[in-house]
Amino acid sequence: MRPRSTLDFRRPRGKGQPDRFVHRILWAHLGREEGMPEKNVPWWRPYAAGALLGVVAIASAWATTRWLGKTNYLGASTTFVRAAGLLEKTVAPDHVAQNAYFTKEKVRVEWQFMLIVGILIGALVGAVLDRSFRLEAVPPVWRERFGPSPTKRAIAALLGGAVMMIGARMADGCTSGNGLSGLMQLSASGFLVLPVFFGVALVTAMLVYGRRTAP
Amino acid sequence: MTTEHWLGLVTGMFFGLLLQQGRVLRFEKQINAMLLRDMTIFKFMLSAVLVGMIGITLLVQMGQISYNHKALNLGGLLLGGTIFGVGWAIAGFCPGTAVGAIAEGRWHALFAILGMLLGAAIFAEIYPTLQSTVLAWKDLGKVGLPELMGISPWPVVAVFALVSLGAFYLFEKLGV
Repeated sequence: MRPRSTLDFRRPRGKGQPDRFVHRILWAHLGREEGMPEKNVPWWRPYAAGALLGVVAIASAWATTRWLGKTNYLGASTTFVRAAGLLEKTVAPDHVAQNAYFTKEKVRVEWQFMLIVGILIGALVGAVLDRSFRLEAVPPVWRERFGPSPTKRAIAALLGGAVMMIGARMADGCTSGNGLSGLMQLSASGFLVLPVFFGVALVTAMLVYGRRTAP
Repeated sequence: MTTEHWLGLVTGMFFGLLLQQGRVLRFEKQINAMLLRDMTIFKFMLSAVLVGMIGITLLVQMGQISYNHKALNLGGLLLGGTIFGVGWAIAGFCPGTAVGAIAEGRWHALFAILGMLLGAAIFAEIYPTLQSTVLAWKDLGKVGLPELMGISPWPVVAVFALVSLGAFYLFEKLGV
């Protein structure tokens, strides 16, 4: 049983204790069962959400061709290159201007950059509406293996993120650009790289999280 | 904000909402998929790809849109894919889901985002070296699987559909 965080305002504090203010104002009108367990998500939800994302991808490909004159497919990792370039530009503009990769990917806020901003907004709307928003510093699966230290988790997330992005740029796409969009277009690259992504992640995860040592 | 920006933003909002509703933004969903304990990620991705694949193939054949394949660069895909897999398992989020995870309050994903910015900056520095080594090894060009096999896209779509539906049946039967 995970200890309840004081920052966890998704659920009321239990019988006899007053509801959190945020909880009352935001969720009361929805008339949902309080503290509805996550298990109640119907079995077909991931299929339905996935299928609808397929429709969004099709609509997006059509709309970008129609209005931007070029077919854009969903992707995420190039935006991190542009964001890193924009940040670096504030301290070393000449260095960024001379860098071959930043020049190739063009350091600017464009379609995919706004797509990523949109992901943040869309996910926030969903999390607020179904009350799944919860401040979490250490996920339960991590805690079981490595204990409750948020610092440990933060360092791993930072290093993992850095390694992952180097790999994503080397492969010219992540699970969105190479995975979702690559397979949707029947790209040979997508069919090759997605099994590598999952295969290596599976082996790494078995080695990293397979044993449970933390109390 | 231009049309380009608005199109990206609105599409992204649907993307984020569906990622969140599909429950794939969670660290535990991603790690448990890798540990083969919870197939949510696979259900979500395969459903999206299956529907998207049919629509994209149709629209390309109607001449409405065009493909934008990524190069079949064997060195980049194999080595990059391997490095990505290791980082993904440790971070517990892929690039798009890390951003969405922040919106669900899982703020440790913020460190994954900082790491990704760092990784992108490092990649920009090593890019010239990679270009003359890993990326120069074998590039088979921007090609689709059907072209590579010399067949129409539809048999590939059909096989993919059968495999996916078979996997879905198995997932539900096993209750994973």
